Amino acid sequence: MENESGALSRVSGLFSARGYNIESLTVAPTEDATLSRMTIVTSGSDSVIEQIIKQLNKLIDVVRVLDLNDGKHIERELMLVKVKATNKYRDEMKRISDIFRARIIDVSDNTFTIELTGSASKLDAYLDSLDSDSIIETVRTGASGIGRGDRILKVQ
Amino acid sequence: MKPEIITGAEIVIRSLQKESVDFVFGYPGGAVLNIYDAIFNQKHFKHVLVRHEQAAVHAADAFSRSSGKVGVALVTSGPGATNAVTGIATAYMDSVPMVIISGQVPTHAIGEDAFQECDTVGITRPCVKHNFLIKDVKKIASTMKKAFYLASSGRPGPVLVDIPKDITAEKTEFIYPDKINLRSYTPVSKGHTGQIKKALELLLNAKKPMIYSGGGVVLGDASNALQKIVNALGFPITNTLMGLGGFPASDEKFLGMLGMHGTYEANMAMQDCDVLFAVGARFDDRVIGNPDHFLSKPRKIIHVDIDPASISKRVKIDVPIVGDVKSVLEDMYLIYNEFNEKHDKNNITSWMEQIKEWSKKDCMAYKDDESVIKPQRVIQTLHKVTKGDAFVTSDVGQHQMWAAQYYPFEKPRRWINSGGLGTMGVGLPYAMGCQLAFPELQVACVTGEASIQMCIQELSTCKQFHLPVKIINLNNRYMGMVRQWQEFFYGNRYAESYMDALPDFVKLAESYGHIGMKIEKPSEIEPALKEAFSPKLKERLVFMDFITDQSENVFPMVPNGKGLSEMILAEDDQ
Repeated sequence: MENESGALSRVSGLFSARGYNIESLTVAPTEDATLSRMTIVTSGSDSVIEQIIKQLNKLIDVVRVLDLNDGKHIERELMLVKVKATNKYRDEMKRISDIFRARIIDVSDNTFTIELTGSASKLDAYLDSLDSDSIIETVRTGASGIGRGDRILKVQ
Repeated sequence: MKPEIITGAEIVIRSLQKESVDFVFGYPGGAVLNIYDAIFNQKHFKHVLVRHEQAAVHAADAFSRSSGKVGVALVTSGPGATNAVTGIATAYMDSVPMVIISGQVPTHAIGEDAFQECDTVGITRPCVKHNFLIKDVKKIASTMKKAFYLASSGRPGPVLVDIPKDITAEKTEFIYPDKINLRSYTPVSKGHTGQIKKALELLLNAKKPMIYSGGGVVLGDASNALQKIVNALGFPITNTLMGLGGFPASDEKFLGMLGMHGTYEANMAMQDCDVLFAVGARFDDRVIGNPDHFLSKPRKIIHVDIDPASISKRVKIDVPIVGDVKSVLEDMYLIYNEFNEKHDKNNITSWMEQIKEWSKKDCMAYKDDESVIKPQRVIQTLHKVTKGDAFVTSDVGQHQMWAAQYYPFEKPRRWINSGGLGTMGVGLPYAMGCQLAFPELQVACVTGEASIQMCIQELSTCKQFHLPVKIINLNNRYMGMVRQWQEFFYGNRYAESYMDALPDFVKLAESYGHIGMKIEKPSEIEPALKEAFSPKLKERLVFMDFITDQSENVFPMVPNGKGLSEMILAEDDQ
């Protein structure tokens, strides 16, 4: 979509006005600074998804809409987790993080801050594997998606 | 030649001139003073000073609906903009092309809760086709061009341009672009030929075809194209409330309006047909009733619409055709002529007989009375006196339905009402917009004593601009449609629907400098209307206060949530 102020509100406003779900929404400028790319995770019947796509296309700032589920695609989400890392937890935390290929990016006497990228279900699985008492804080970006192989979303 | 260096305010005015704007409806205020100063020095368009910003937008809306041009309104920041919102939402729901210019506090004050500040772009976002906040004087001209292009192309709609006061004072070169290219906006106009052929095949093989056309035919100036193809096919047709006049009501193929207060024959034919051809209509809840009931009958549906999002929104469509209705209907007519020998007109003989049977119900009959005025009779007499050729604007409620039912329209753009949003108060400003667009033609505002009071202050505007509108006030001392629902569905508990402490409308009209008449007897209806529309009063606004039957209801009626074939036909049918 056009990288204009208010464009994000038009999209989020459309979802709330028409009663569509937003599970997550990510947005940032692309390599072409006049364009932003947004990934929206939503749910609904086929007819609802069809309406969402049509309504999004109607927004003047929206240049193209692609339903990534129509073909093979990759989704990734970034999560930062702050966990308790006192003596008894420290080794265990390190081991679990290695299994999920998470990285410890900040260390204090009592905490680790861990970075993990993957599908939403992988991030969920990581959190499930931790003792819930040890989780101090989490922050997630929501999914960004891209088509596999030659499947591209680009404005000529 | 070097481009002139002028102020932002002058650029706004020059842009309006470039767009050949005839009228700007507005109300001044702090944030638009620079623009008003530039208006003071120009003669290209006329500024119409209303008495409330809502009326400015409604009047510009009706100017557009009646003339087909883009309507323009100008309001100040804060309350000026919020007052305009009802008008903007009304135009948005009925897809009326408009440009609304709003003043904004200076850019440095935005976000500081400045005097008369509001987030106009945020407030109007859900009820405009698009809106802009201009933060650079160099962008005014191109934004104005975009605004007019967006408003009038594709599915039309209102576009708002918000301009901070400091931007209107700054100076730059005035260069108005000839063309605008928007990579994210490419409306389709031509329909897909393959789909049009598919549609014709279905239609030509139909045993029980039905055509249903809406506001898109009126807005898209497709009335002639529609008549051509319908006359060639020879099929029955109905119009939505917004589509009235899109097909001439006097044609024998016309079954009247459909929907909640549609005719028996139109609704039955909609429900029972085997191929439905929908043109510029959107299957809304007041038109098809309960969608599950509507879909309980198998039928193939063809839908022509300029907006892809209107297709399969409420009802699954078998043959969608996205395109400008006029272009699609013209293409369809050409293709029809290529293989019309395949068309066996006897296919539909028994269907037409069935429709004739339904018509015998005479669902529009009402019990006339010699002692009390029946509102239906007022409308029928209005039709007679104006020879069926007036612009009729209405407010919202029972009188709106009676006007739609008892004033058969022969031409598009003659029936001006708020179909989508259902905004009480539009009637009088709508009449102003029509009268300014067509000063020599008759304009009747059919209203009720509740609706008219929502924009009554515009009687003053009518005086100032010599607008000889004829107001037909169907005064039943109730919010009639609310009362009707309370009678039918709320056990006669008339909560707050009684209009108490009404003004003396005759004196009220006179105090604004107009002519007032009170009509209490059925025998006085015709003489009063004849006088009001006589050459003697051609230059005068006449307010006719018709004291009508308080208990009259609008029939037929499809109760909310019921199917089209489950109509209540008359009082004793309940």
